[in-house]
Amino acid sequence: MIPLSWYLILSAGMFCLGLYGALARRNAIAILMGIELMLNAVILNVVAFWRYLNPADIAGQVFAVIIFAVAASEAAVGLALIISIYRRRATVVAEEIDMMKW
Amino acid sequence: MTSMQVVFLVFGAVILLGALMVVISRNLIHAALWLILALAGVAALLVMLEAGFLAVVQVAVYIGAIAILIIFAVMLTRRVMRDSGPQANRNWWVAALAAALVFAGLALLLVQTPGLGTASLPSMGTDTEALVEDLGSALVDVNRYVVPFEIASVLLLAALIGAIVVARPPQAGGGEESQS
Repeated sequence: MIPLSWYLILSAGMFCLGLYGALARRNAIAILMGIELMLNAVILNVVAFWRYLNPADIAGQVFAVIIFAVAASEAAVGLALIISIYRRRATVVAEEIDMMKW
Repeated sequence: MTSMQVVFLVFGAVILLGALMVVISRNLIHAALWLILALAGVAALLVMLEAGFLAVVQVAVYIGAIAILIIFAVMLTRRVMRDSGPQANRNWWVAALAAALVFAGLALLLVQTPGLGTASLPSMGTDTEALVEDLGSALVDVNRYVVPFEIASVLLLAALIGAIVVARPPQAGGGEESQS
């Protein structure tokens, strides 16, 4: 069977790729995609721990459901903000969105 | 190496390839399509972990809703950064270094923690249908997880209303808003 550590290594790699995307990309939508990758890696991690360590307790799946809800609301609000900024400033580059900097 | 391990390695390779292409692809539409591939791989792994309900939610919420929303947003805003100019900012090497360090730290931690190499799956105790039923009742049981569930509901409602208000065109509000 598959060792638990394989799942953990895979989700760690996916998380780090998402982290690189969130830190390095200039386009705000690409940053959101990186964040989605990170959240999905966390879901895989939580479900793997639930299955291998304590499948009798449903708490692991409840965790994953809550993470799904948070990811959905984060994507909706983030994309609405990006579209609103694009209307006002005609840019989606994260460095050029500096209205609240001084 | 058993057949399950081969299947896992194939899906793992698909996920990592998709994730890599998401962060390095120049064309954002292509990046969104690679994101869908990576998310589908995660859904397959959730099936292998016997969390069938979560796999369905993954397909419906992530692939069906979030990825499509991202593609819509890319299409609404794509005029500005067609395919010209650098896609990564000046400090991309710092970001790559940070990601590599985080991965090295996590891998070191995983190697040092005992018991993670366990390949034995504990038995589920119940069948899958009873598990989904248990998940449903746990989410609305007063003594278990009803408070996180309700907070998540309120969060979703707030995000829904907030997204509508934020993304509304400046002129569409009628006369009631003097601002904008």
